[in-house]
Amino acid sequence: MKINDFVIKFANVNGSGSASANSLFAKAVFRMGVPVAPKNIFPSNIQGLPTWFEVRVNGDGFLGRREGIDVMVAMNPQSWADDLASIVTGGYLLYDSTFIREIERDDIKTIGVPLTKLCNERFTVPRERQLFKNVAYVGALTALLDMDFEVVKGMVSEQFKGKEKLIEPNIDALELGRQYSLEHFDCPLDVRVQASDAVGDQILMEGNAAVGLGCVYAGATVAAWYPITPSTSVAEAFDMYCHKLRVDKETGKKKFAVIQAEDELAAIGMVIGANWNGARAFTATSGPGISLMSEFLGLAYFAEVPAVLVNIQRGGPSTGMPTRTQQSDITACAYASHGDTKHVLLFPSNPSEAFNFAMESFDLAERLQTPIILMSDLDLGMNEWTTSPLKIDESKDWDRGKVLDAEELNNVEKFGRYLDVDGDGIPYRTYPGTHPDKGAFFTRGTSHNEYAGYTEDGSVNVRVMERLLKKFNTAKTLVPKPVFGQLSQSSTMGLVYFGTTDIAIPETMNLLNSRGIQLDTMRIRAFPFCEDVVNFINDHEQVFLVEQNRDGQMRSLLISECEIDPAKIVPILNYDGFPITATCIADMVSKLLGKQMSGADAGNFAAE
Amino acid sequence: MSYIAKPKFHHPKLPRNDLGLTRRDYEGSMSTLCAGCGHDSVSAAIVEACFELNLPAHKVAKMSGIGCSSKTPTYFLSKSHGFNSVHGRMPSIATGANVANNELKYIGVSGDGDTASIGFGQFAHAVRRQVDMLYIVENNGTYGLTKGQFSATNDRESVGRKGQENAFECIDLAAMAIQLGASFVGRGFSGDKDQLVPMIKAAISHKGFAFIDVISPCVTFNNHVGSTKSFEFVRDNEHTVTATDYVPTKEEIKIEYETGTTIDVMLHDDSHVRLRKLDADYNPSDAAAAMQHIMRYQEQGEIATGLLYLNVNDTELKEKMNLVDAPLNALPFSQLRPGADALEKINNSLR
Repeated sequence: MKINDFVIKFANVNGSGSASANSLFAKAVFRMGVPVAPKNIFPSNIQGLPTWFEVRVNGDGFLGRREGIDVMVAMNPQSWADDLASIVTGGYLLYDSTFIREIERDDIKTIGVPLTKLCNERFTVPRERQLFKNVAYVGALTALLDMDFEVVKGMVSEQFKGKEKLIEPNIDALELGRQYSLEHFDCPLDVRVQASDAVGDQILMEGNAAVGLGCVYAGATVAAWYPITPSTSVAEAFDMYCHKLRVDKETGKKKFAVIQAEDELAAIGMVIGANWNGARAFTATSGPGISLMSEFLGLAYFAEVPAVLVNIQRGGPSTGMPTRTQQSDITACAYASHGDTKHVLLFPSNPSEAFNFAMESFDLAERLQTPIILMSDLDLGMNEWTTSPLKIDESKDWDRGKVLDAEELNNVEKFGRYLDVDGDGIPYRTYPGTHPDKGAFFTRGTSHNEYAGYTEDGSVNVRVMERLLKKFNTAKTLVPKPVFGQLSQSSTMGLVYFGTTDIAIPETMNLLNSRGIQLDTMRIRAFPFCEDVVNFINDHEQVFLVEQNRDGQMRSLLISECEIDPAKIVPILNYDGFPITATCIADMVSKLLGKQMSGADAGNFAAE
Repeated sequence: MSYIAKPKFHHPKLPRNDLGLTRRDYEGSMSTLCAGCGHDSVSAAIVEACFELNLPAHKVAKMSGIGCSSKTPTYFLSKSHGFNSVHGRMPSIATGANVANNELKYIGVSGDGDTASIGFGQFAHAVRRQVDMLYIVENNGTYGLTKGQFSATNDRESVGRKGQENAFECIDLAAMAIQLGASFVGRGFSGDKDQLVPMIKAAISHKGFAFIDVISPCVTFNNHVGSTKSFEFVRDNEHTVTATDYVPTKEEIKIEYETGTTIDVMLHDDSHVRLRKLDADYNPSDAAAAMQHIMRYQEQGEIATGLLYLNVNDTELKEKMNLVDAPLNALPFSQLRPGADALEKINNSLR
């Protein structure tokens, strides 16, 4: 019996309207108080190719991706064979029995519902017949998995509030599948959803929406962007929330500007221009956009202009796998642009943290007068996550950094834009238009002295470069600290990870503990690395570093920036474009430690 | 070579404008361009225009890209903030700055390489968005800083310094700007200050994207016989189609011309532009006709100069985007951050 512990996968054709039915299913489980992790596995295409929607249902909150499908809703003949093969022994196949299909496995249970036939009988409009097939299988699942039908019906009514005409046919379609299942099968199955309070006050939200909303709460007024998967929905969420929260009620005019730029170069240029003028501005992009923005990132670093860049990482290199996830832009972002250039990176692990980090990015950008890159990924950005509710500290004001106003300029004898007055490497800036006589300076990417004047004097340039390094060291004290998995050191070995790998860690630790392996854990949340990060690694004989890329990019960064012995950091890598699984991590660690493997297919292994 | 500051003392009897400022107050540091460079004349024209317009210098922002022309913002308005960005990308910086605060006057200075080649895309999009700014191209048909390669604004029959002929079609930036929807398009010659200063004044007062293509000969690399961007060639082949008089708000138009030969246009700040039609059949409010006129001159090997196109009825970027009146960079915390209540509502909608 699998109660609140299974993976269900929907295999569809993209463009067939399955997405809303599938998320209806996931949300219904969530509404029943059971934690869910829905994942869209979609092609870079608009219509006709295979697309999948995977939902992990887990009462213990183990919501990392898991291999092995317990229930497969196979609606796509193109991927039929592979879909069947992915079902675990004893698992279920739900399919449209209007068509005769060859089922070559006798170790699984099949549930044939004539979805096409049922919908063709009930509906007359061709598009409706197609769309309601999806709703009908959700109806079937409510019976098969013992879901609260009232919850599902309630959600349909909510979804079509204002379009009441659509409620009735949707509920009819749900009933079609439900009644057929109740009549023909022994419902419920031994895979079930049971109402629970494990969700608590958590919400179900996409990371990109959380970032977009975080930018609203950070007071960003300018978003300049160029459409690119999987970051597009960041700008769209910002726009959507701004339309709700930032339109002047009397005049209908906007207190925000969203500019769809001509390319990524222009997008980051606009962001730099707006920040230079004292408006909080950001852009969102993905790998290819990072490559294009690199020149401007170097300018912002050297001329010390704040900027916030959200990078929703996808599979690289080049155009790569635009609809798959990876953590493979770390070195490209840390050192984006030519010359000695370094950038501050933040690594959120869930939507709630992405919301907080989005807000924090603007404070850091203005405090440090440099670009801040928020390193999300497709898994976090484009999937709905069960995550803690969003919170703000209402008593906290923004940190606008060191900006001199007209009055303060009056008290300055001679303003020097790049003077290190406070000894922290961070100079004072002025906004254009502040003072009739004082504070004007020339922002430039050419080598400059402390007064922003052009110089070719090498010693002056060395002085400026050293100060920039000092500022980068100051950043170490300001960025989010790592999160540790234990209060005091309990093992000689550690597990280090960052970003979306976090979701697989509780289950990984569970697996490892069951095999008698104890590890201390550390989740890195920012670059440059603060002292705590270095200390953790130094305090352990060996650490495993989990990354979703081929080259161990975070490992390289740790080795080169913190002068750590490479032998000490053992890479655990997965880069097949799917979110890393707990089994994959636990098996690799076990194998490296010479322990018994679980025997399960651990997905993609890195070279040993 | 570092930049050289100009000494700030000046004669006590230098003329002052309404703000009590002298021309010296609008100057910048010493130019490091070649002696006789056309660009220095353009800088001087900008200084003169800003002085005559009584502009507070700190309410002006100077933007540029990379190249000889893009260095020039250091040589005027030292009390203004400046932004010397990367090659060909000044338009995006100016667009972002403008959206953040359009109460400043933006003067962008670029070159033919910076605008017609590496920055062609950004230029086109700044024009079509009607960014409220003056965009000047100091057009010398050559890459000066890298010692004299052809640029894309070179005429097809033009000959390089070493006798090589330019095989490719030239990009006429003024014609491009009209086609892309700029609302103010002019062409000047760095050697003709009388024409340039009123045109710059009108362009600064104009609301929307104002473009001036200034033929500004490169004395070092493109001033030889056979070049169509040399002082001599431009002087001989320049054909002024309209002469511009700029009339500030408070002054009345005094000079009378023969009826039908002038057009008066009121700008958004209530100042006036009076265009004297030197070509009787020229209509600067008709984009298609203006393009045809420019092209006809080009076919004859001549350069049409003057205010070529003016449209005061189009809206600029901020209006197109329906932004609030106050600059976005001046909106307070209280207006920008929704409260915890709004956030709780959002949380609830996600349960």
